[in-house]
Amino acid sequence: MEELKTYNAGEVDVVVIGAGHAGVEAALASSRMGMKTIMLTMSLDSIVALSCNPNIGGTGKGHLVREIDALGGEMALNIDKTFIQSRMLNTSKGPAVHSLRVQADKKAYHIEMKKVLENQENLKISQAEVIDIVIEDGKVKGVITRTGAMYKAQAVILASGTYLRGRVYIGEVNYSSGPDGMFPSNILSENLIKKGFKLRRMKTGTPARVHKDSIDYSKMEIQPGDDEIIPFSFLNMGKKFHVEQVPCHLTYTTPKVHDIIRENLHRSPMYAGNIEGVGPRYCPSIEDKIVRFADKERHQIFIEPEGLTTKEMYVQGASSTLPEEVQKQMYKEIIGLENVEFMRPAYAIEYDSIDPTILKRTMEHMEIKNLFFAGQINGSSGYEEAAGQGLVAGINASLNIQGREPFVLDRSEAYIGVLIDDLVTKGTDEPYRMMTSRAEYRLTLRQDNADLRLTKKGYELGLVTEERYNMLIEKEKQVNEELERLKKVKVNPTEENNKRLEELGSTTTQTPTTVSELIRRPELNYESTSIFDPERKELLREIRLQVETQIKYEGYIKKQMIQIEQFKKLEKKRLDLDFDYSLIKGLSNEALQKLNKIKPDSVGQASRISGVSPADINVLLIYLEQKRRKDAMDD
Amino acid sequence: MLDTIAAISTAVGEAGIGIVRMSGKGAINIGEEVFIGFDDKKIMEIQNKRLTYGHIIDENGTKIDEVLIAFMKGPYTYTREDMVEIYCHGGIISVRKVLELLIRSGARLSERGEFTKRAFLNGRLDLSQAEAVIDIIRSKTDKSFEVSFDQLEGSLSKEIREIRNILLSMVAHVEVSIDFPEEDVNELTYESLKTDAQLAEKKIDDLLSTANKGKILKDGINTVILGKPNVGKSSLLNAILKENRAIVTDVPGTTRDIIEEYVNIDGIPLKIVDTAGIRATEDIVEKIGVDRARESLENADLIIGVFDVSRDFTEEDKEIINLLKNKKSIVLLNKIDIESSFKDKFLKELEGINHIIETSIIENVGVKTLEEDIKDLFYEGDLNIESDVVITNIRHKTQLEKAKKNIQSAIRDIDMDVPLDCIEIDLKNAWEDLGEISGETIAEDILDKIFKDFCIGK
Repeated sequence: MEELKTYNAGEVDVVVIGAGHAGVEAALASSRMGMKTIMLTMSLDSIVALSCNPNIGGTGKGHLVREIDALGGEMALNIDKTFIQSRMLNTSKGPAVHSLRVQADKKAYHIEMKKVLENQENLKISQAEVIDIVIEDGKVKGVITRTGAMYKAQAVILASGTYLRGRVYIGEVNYSSGPDGMFPSNILSENLIKKGFKLRRMKTGTPARVHKDSIDYSKMEIQPGDDEIIPFSFLNMGKKFHVEQVPCHLTYTTPKVHDIIRENLHRSPMYAGNIEGVGPRYCPSIEDKIVRFADKERHQIFIEPEGLTTKEMYVQGASSTLPEEVQKQMYKEIIGLENVEFMRPAYAIEYDSIDPTILKRTMEHMEIKNLFFAGQINGSSGYEEAAGQGLVAGINASLNIQGREPFVLDRSEAYIGVLIDDLVTKGTDEPYRMMTSRAEYRLTLRQDNADLRLTKKGYELGLVTEERYNMLIEKEKQVNEELERLKKVKVNPTEENNKRLEELGSTTTQTPTTVSELIRRPELNYESTSIFDPERKELLREIRLQVETQIKYEGYIKKQMIQIEQFKKLEKKRLDLDFDYSLIKGLSNEALQKLNKIKPDSVGQASRISGVSPADINVLLIYLEQKRRKDAMDD
Repeated sequence: MLDTIAAISTAVGEAGIGIVRMSGKGAINIGEEVFIGFDDKKIMEIQNKRLTYGHIIDENGTKIDEVLIAFMKGPYTYTREDMVEIYCHGGIISVRKVLELLIRSGARLSERGEFTKRAFLNGRLDLSQAEAVIDIIRSKTDKSFEVSFDQLEGSLSKEIREIRNILLSMVAHVEVSIDFPEEDVNELTYESLKTDAQLAEKKIDDLLSTANKGKILKDGINTVILGKPNVGKSSLLNAILKENRAIVTDVPGTTRDIIEEYVNIDGIPLKIVDTAGIRATEDIVEKIGVDRARESLENADLIIGVFDVSRDFTEEDKEIINLLKNKKSIVLLNKIDIESSFKDKFLKELEGINHIIETSIIENVGVKTLEEDIKDLFYEGDLNIESDVVITNIRHKTQLEKAKKNIQSAIRDIDMDVPLDCIEIDLKNAWEDLGEISGETIAEDILDKIFKDFCIGK
């Protein structure tokens, strides 16, 4: 290859490579924190492309969106502008696991986000393929594009999604490609390998898109959106949304579908062993489901709209790597899809990722200063997971440049903290998806209190606007006032009150109780106790919910707070990132190796590394005490 | 000050005194709660660092032991925290009961070397002692791990694993219905959750009741009965137990697996292991027994070698004698009631072994002598019990009780229709409590279970 002639394209504070969900949050965060930022993308038409599915949110993921919003990120605001169906999942369960999940208008989501980026102060966006990252003396210096532009930068954030050496698989056919017909990014991978990076393959997939008019909806079950629309962004709380919601539809596979798949299994590259990349267990292809759960007679298939301006429909539950010909045959056997017309086939895509244990909890590379990684390149999966990492990377790139303390969220503070801690401490063997069960402090990390947990932090960082901050202060005030008030409102054991209680399916009282105590009863709630509380003012839904949750689950939340206190003790015991653990005597061999590889930043993080036993943690504590005393003597 | 820890700080034996101590913020309070003075009255004012005579009483006011107690206020103590030392009568029963009472009253069983660790972290020990502290933590931990693993061989570990599986299935099902609400999976009902929770609770109760009878508390002198097939090993065990536990037949090789029994010979606890006959075998079932026999030999404190002197001396006998020679052992020359005798031949080979008893187990001849011999060995100090073992047992019991509490709390919540995510906390805690017994507490297990059992995902 001919030597590339480069030219000086200018100097910025932060370069963000990639304009997916991670790249966009990273670029917005750093430019909003006052950093001169440029975001480089393979195509300006694929900014926040929803290539995998047209949904935002869901269990765990919805929590992430709320947290990104509470910290001043963009995802929630953008989806609130562009959703076409909204549902709150898990409402029959506890408030901690209520999860908002919406259908996005794919094109509108892209257009609205692009507008935000184009109008953001300090931010430039440009179409370019980055082919190399310049690193000197263990510090990042800039990037070079395919057309020879050399951008000098103080920090670089790599958020390459599925583009790095992307390879698409459809049956026996496979070719080098980015997602959804985009170009792949091959040269950057080669250059990263030359620099000594270890890249590994991961895989993900998406079902076919089919024409709306070719579907027989009469054979399917309609799934409308909720009557009451609850927005994602805390800034939109209490606002009325006039959205004409588009329904989804539920249908099922038939035995015929299963037969076709079984007969053609050998033509799937997954089963023929031609894909080395590891796919996520929670996004199995339809082939996987039929092989692994052979007894199941039918599988659910959801038909979801891709937007208001297109007739393309997403066939959730039918992602596949079978040949196009087989896909078409098989889809036709799904109830209601007898005359289905394909617009895009299902495919799997394989791409390069890094082992995220080489990162700090700030998303920065352990050894290369100011080089950050976010999103799928770190082995995660999902728009929301990517966005959360992008936000944290953007924040820390800015903080590094500004010489400020790094920003790390721990597992007791946010799902974002759980996500990043899991990735950098344990690594991941499959694309990592957020689930509420990964959060051990699930009861306190609710989506309804993400602002109470995080907005002050975002404000201190300079990401949260005055408007948002003031809204939070007002919410806090109202919640606390109402909690206090309810503790004082007495309900006397009069005949009338006891009759009302019985009518509500509750038990009578003999002594005066407070409304607060009544709300705590499982069969009662904030709304139903209003008859005992004539002075009650009309409060926003968010406030009412917050008050009710804090009263009802006080006991459980208190228990969790005690655990969090314990957890924080070990988190506060800091460890140096450049420490050589072989200098400590008494560690087990396995612990020694793992500690030297992962380089935890606290004893708490060390305790979560598999192979590090409680005894090893004691040894670390003793070592730290030894060091503290020695340091004290030296002073 | 940190939370209150408690431990037995003397070697556990039948003689002398045993010391149980506590350290931490609740030590003095707990001490006051469980102690009454010589006049059976609560003490008005504790005397700092003075020995006080009295009794330890349990929750019902029953006297557990006559003791001397010392209250020591921090920071001038070993750990620099408030400490209490209780001087009990020696012997396992007394110290164990006192320790269990302290734990029920709010103390936590200390980790290995935790008193020393606290002493160091609180500045009581010199910097130069840091490495020694690490050594203590390390060696004790590794050892205790061995001990607990050893204990978990066999039925206890099987049962704990079963209970954990029940809990894991419940947790996985709860998690699936929370994290994948739109999936087409079997609906989770509160009724089925309750049934499973009650089953788990019952199984724990069963284990705990055996624990209280001292059956899973394997804190006896590890005694192995060793001999060729059909020399009378099972008969010996039966004679000692005076009950028919092991199968006794004339067909060699019928004691296929290891049989473990617990007996008390005048206050000396023995854990007796009856091995399958030691000999090379092709039979797979029997082979397992033989392999395990060799394994239990390595952990044995005492070996009782049984030989049939009515049959000629063989290579196998020779091999068994070799196994005996490096251990504390007692030899029984059995079947002396039968005419043909190769006794002299055996005696010649057994040169160097001190304790040899002639028996006819069937006729109950010599069994009493054997018991006397065991007692002598014990009181002469040739045999003792690892206190680690006692501790491990209390730990197991504590964990079982914790798990039970958590399951009960889950059942209460189920009855009250509390949301699933709250119920899940108790179930998961119970699962983890049991995992601490077997050293298996990995969150990944739950995800694996979810993806193994449920067809989920887009």
